[in-house]
Amino acid sequence: MNNESQSHVQEGAVTHDVHHNGNGHDGHHHHKETFITKYIFSQDHKTIAKQFLITGMIWAIIGALFSVLFRLQLGFPDESFPILETFFGKWAKGGRIAPEFYYALITMHGTILVFFVLTAGLSGTFANLLIPLQVGARDMASPFMNMLSYWFFFLASVVMMSSLFVSTGPASGGWTMYPPLSALGQANLGSRIGTDLWITSMALFVVSSLLGGLNYVATILNMRTKGMSMTRMPLTIWGLFFTAILGILSFPVLLSGFILLLFDRNLGTSFYLSDIYTAGQALPNEGGSPILYQHLFWFLGHPEVYIIILPAMGMVSEIMSVNSRKPIFGYMAMVGSLFAICVLAFLVWAHHMFVSGMNPFMGSVFVLLTLLIAIPSAIKVFNWITTIWRGNIRFTPAMLFSIGFVSLFISGGLTGIWLGNSTIDIHVHDTYFVIAHFHIVMGVSAFFGMFAGVYHWFPKMFGRYLNNTLGYIHFWVTLAGAYLIFWPMHYMGLAGVPRRYLDFSIWKSFNQFNSLNQMISVVTIIVFAVNLMFVFNFFYSMFKGRKLRTQNPWNSASLEWTTPIHPGHGNWAGEIPEVHRWPYDYGKDGRDFIPQTEPIGANESKH
Amino acid sequence: MVSTQQRNKIHPHKFTLWIAIGSIIMMFAGLTSAYIVKSGQAGWHEVKTPMLFWYSTALLLTSSITIQAALRSFKHRSMATFRALLLATLVLGLAFVVIQYKGFLWLWDRGVHFEGSSGAGQFLYIIFGLHALHVLGGLVALVSLFIRQYIGRFRSYNVTPIEIMSTYWHFVDVLWIYLFVFFIWIG
Ligand code: HEM
Ligand SMILES: [Cu+2]
Repeated sequence: MNNESQSHVQEGAVTHDVHHNGNGHDGHHHHKETFITKYIFSQDHKTIAKQFLITGMIWAIIGALFSVLFRLQLGFPDESFPILETFFGKWAKGGRIAPEFYYALITMHGTILVFFVLTAGLSGTFANLLIPLQVGARDMASPFMNMLSYWFFFLASVVMMSSLFVSTGPASGGWTMYPPLSALGQANLGSRIGTDLWITSMALFVVSSLLGGLNYVATILNMRTKGMSMTRMPLTIWGLFFTAILGILSFPVLLSGFILLLFDRNLGTSFYLSDIYTAGQALPNEGGSPILYQHLFWFLGHPEVYIIILPAMGMVSEIMSVNSRKPIFGYMAMVGSLFAICVLAFLVWAHHMFVSGMNPFMGSVFVLLTLLIAIPSAIKVFNWITTIWRGNIRFTPAMLFSIGFVSLFISGGLTGIWLGNSTIDIHVHDTYFVIAHFHIVMGVSAFFGMFAGVYHWFPKMFGRYLNNTLGYIHFWVTLAGAYLIFWPMHYMGLAGVPRRYLDFSIWKSFNQFNSLNQMISVVTIIVFAVNLMFVFNFFYSMFKGRKLRTQNPWNSASLEWTTPIHPGHGNWAGEIPEVHRWPYDYGKDGRDFIPQTEPIGANESKH
Repeated sequence: MVSTQQRNKIHPHKFTLWIAIGSIIMMFAGLTSAYIVKSGQAGWHEVKTPMLFWYSTALLLTSSITIQAALRSFKHRSMATFRALLLATLVLGLAFVVIQYKGFLWLWDRGVHFEGSSGAGQFLYIIFGLHALHVLGGLVALVSLFIRQYIGRFRSYNVTPIEIMSTYWHFVDVLWIYLFVFFIWIG
């Protein structure tokens, strides 16, 4: 299904993508490109970016649809919905979700959105699109590995997708896949073949991210054009650079955790298992520790949340500066705080494990390190606000989504400080408070960063604009909806409502939240519908959108807008331009903006 | 494919390899730290390290020397020596993997199995096994490098692939030494 819709889309792209005549690509001549090499097994970073984006969008629809469907049941636990049976068949007999299938749904929802959409879909799209264009390279360091990276992601997608259709159901151990639940087939239907497929898919996914990440780092460090020193790179590139480093260093650890899990599941080893009775029978496993898995998982898991947010931070910085016609405030502080976040990201993983029985002294060390992250985060927020402060703001949809990003990041970051204190966390761990925290700070805000990026760079990708009116509706409904959905969850969490429960009706003290739950579910449906409208806008504008007539629609100083409207493989028709300044010379010396390619003038002031 | 006019300090592919090495190190760091954590807990079983692993160590060390010599002769353009040394490396690497497998069998025969309670043995199979997989990956690369010496239009003189090959090969060697010492020391 993936493949079909994708090649369909790209078939369409042929009609309008006037391939820029490939003259003067020094260093390589144009061999004849077939449909297959140009649109399917393409090694052009721009095409690969689109492949990541569209695959990610398909996943986003599926993942979000799951949440809409289980929200129906959560909001209206007494009702039955025939549509659930239509979608899920035997898992929702009589229109009510089976409790064990609810686990499968939230597991898939989390896995799909965290990894397939906000990691592959986000980094994959924008790293591929922007790194060569913004640093001034003809392509990635290794275009072939780059292509492989997409196809490993595609394979991972196929395996994950197929796990949705096996008779015992998909994996249902939560997106964190904690053993022993995930390790024992007899514990849970979803822990049978579904979990093996999940692990296989994730292993392929790790390979894909590593191939991609290696390329991104090598390209950024080695392939910059003349004059593009590291400190002249747009912050987008810095964000993507640290993202890639985080991925390269943490995904392999996750992989080793998964390998041990695979052995425990299928070959009887006891890495994670000890003293377990199922169905009145003792298992032979001894000496294992499920906490070991938690360490290995969260050593990736925490950097992973920054893998998701750093690209969004980079893009938002760029878009806010361009659309307030002001230089970014505190460029070096922005880079420094990205670096600090990147280092700290490796030192705080145990804040997810405060209740795992860890030594309280260790706990307090992790509290300290965790709270330190608030400093670079606050620096970034401060700089974003000062960047737009008294700016000449153009409220394009991309700009609105960027501002929305900052708002959400503040709201969610503040609750992070609550959670980072183990004394509070011990009470609200595994409640809706955590759900609210991470959906706001990571889920929705990374989506906002991604939307901002799509609205801003759509003209570069397809030579057309997205429809603005639909963009404004998309933004306002999604922003209001996100707060309506997730804000109340804080109160539920503080009252102790646990996450991962399908039905609270016999839990009398939580019945006070019934109508709140209904409201949340209704808003979820509305937000989902509006985002489908965005998908419509995306595909409609790809073919029918307003055409781009100038090379540089946003009057932006960075390098990607010096390429032709429809850049060919190799990006610049002639030589790659040389860079003479940083990318944020806006409103300088009475000029609206000065492109990076313009040499420093004789009496130019310093920034 | 990518234009040559850009200023490259270090060849991007070489650079990519170095980062990839960092990534592989993280994977084994994860596993060996898991080992340390686990070895302090109840129900831990030690294993005896088979003699065979000493032999395989010697083989791998020798192969590091041969690939270094191969690189040297390539740089001196003595192609016949280069090919012979490449082949020697290939054979030594293959022998290493075979001996590792024999070592596993030796342990297995002495009752170190996957099933049941945890211990150094289970880690050993996985960690040494993953290392052997990395050697196998290197062997595949060696074979393709070797074949390209004879067929195809690969006649232009280019030292980069061979440098990359030798760097990777030294890396799996050093990685092995680390893992082996780790097991003898901690285990
Ligand atoms: C000021 C910064 C932040 C602090 C101090 C913080 C702290 C925490 C803590 C202590 C938890 C564990 C809660 C629990 O399970 O009991 C948590 C969960 C989480 N945080 Fe944050 N956080 C911060 C920012 C972020 C950011 C920026 C992201 C993502 C971009 C993020 C994503 C998550 C996720 C995904 C979880 C939940 C994982 C799960 O259990 O499923 N956090 N946070
Ligand atoms: Cu965390």
